[in-house]
Amino acid sequence: MSSAAGLSVESVHVWRGDRHVLKGVSFELGVGELLQVSGPNGSGKTTLLRVLTGLLRPERGRVVWQGREIGAAPLDYQHALAYASHEPALKSDLTALENLRFLVGLKRRVSLDELHGALQRTGVGHCADLPARVLSAGQRRRVAMARVLAVQAPLWLLDEPYTNLDTAGSEVLSGLLGAHAAAGGSALVVAHHDLDVGHPVRRLGLM
Amino acid sequence: MRPGAGTTLLLVLRRELLLGFRRPDQVVQPLVFFLIVTTLFPLGLSVQLSLLREMAPGVLWVAALLSSLLSLEGLFKSDADDGTLEQLVLSGQGLYVIVVAKTLAHWLVSGAALLLVSPLVATALAIPWAAFPVMFLSLGLGTLTLSWLGAIGAGLTVSLKRGNVLLSLIVLPLAMPLLIFGAGATDRAIAGTNALGALYLLGALCVLTCTLAPFAAAAALKVTME
Repeated sequence: MSSAAGLSVESVHVWRGDRHVLKGVSFELGVGELLQVSGPNGSGKTTLLRVLTGLLRPERGRVVWQGREIGAAPLDYQHALAYASHEPALKSDLTALENLRFLVGLKRRVSLDELHGALQRTGVGHCADLPARVLSAGQRRRVAMARVLAVQAPLWLLDEPYTNLDTAGSEVLSGLLGAHAAAGGSALVVAHHDLDVGHPVRRLGLM
Repeated sequence: MRPGAGTTLLLVLRRELLLGFRRPDQVVQPLVFFLIVTTLFPLGLSVQLSLLREMAPGVLWVAALLSSLLSLEGLFKSDADDGTLEQLVLSGQGLYVIVVAKTLAHWLVSGAALLLVSPLVATALAIPWAAFPVMFLSLGLGTLTLSWLGAIGAGLTVSLKRGNVLLSLIVLPLAMPLLIFGAGATDRAIAGTNALGALYLLGALCVLTCTLAPFAAAAALKVTME
């Protein structure tokens, strides 16, 4: 059964004030699977992602990772998780490398060479020593992607990772997603256009 | 391999100090505020040394509290604004250690820096040399305690647009014991009597807040992040 190894979401309901944002969302995300979440603005895509990270607790329903509810062992779950939100989560006064060194360093012991490697794979190796403040929006997105890559987590949760990326950047990202899935990783990606990653992608539409 | 609590502590401390170093204005501004406020008093009051000496501990402490408050708002706010706070919460390290490290770093760039300029202020307020050790100790313990208390307030107000007023309203009432015992200790030192009792109480408050406040601040952050 795929649910024992991956992520299983069982009829999750979330209300924001009077608004019923998530109305019983259920799906399974197994090992080596990619899931694309799409839907109109305000349909609760980001809310769903926040529920999946554990930042937001659903009023009803549950989220299970490898057979355990995520609230039962939050730290273990967080170690299996790489989350990229709307914001690239970079300190503008630190360089790209310093940003990664800190955020990745909290998750695992990592060498500078590995971080340089991750930045190079997302095409921003030359920006390593530039403060994040001077990077363009697309470059920041790539640095955020390098972070996700360097964390080496089995589960990726990416909120609109294609925003601000140029054609080359989108291809790099698709390549990384394909490689991640091929290596046995799972990813949930919020995106508005159909993903073309050279790997089967399941789709989940939110209303 | 998963980094331990010690590594996390050093990592966060290093980053916060680096950020403080990169943005010196944010470190220097509260200090200048402290200097200016305390210099205003001798100018506004009479120049009688005896009167100044009587007022000095209160002036020193109120100014120290207010200038520490100035930098408290940014404790979690800047991380919340650029999305790094979410990453910290999801770092798999437990928020307790991260809050401890961030608060310690905050104290190093605000409270400890304030200690460095306090001799200048003390001289302007005609505090005798003999009272300096007690003043240092009490200000050190007091500002550290205030940083712990402030972490709770900063955690509660992190999602508000203009949370600094509310932050002051939350933190200042809690800081009253600090003011009483801190100014009391300095007062006694100036008068040449034994200040140990007040110092012990300050120490106890510091231990109490540094063990419990990180729990409260971490819980506050989790609630406001929802």
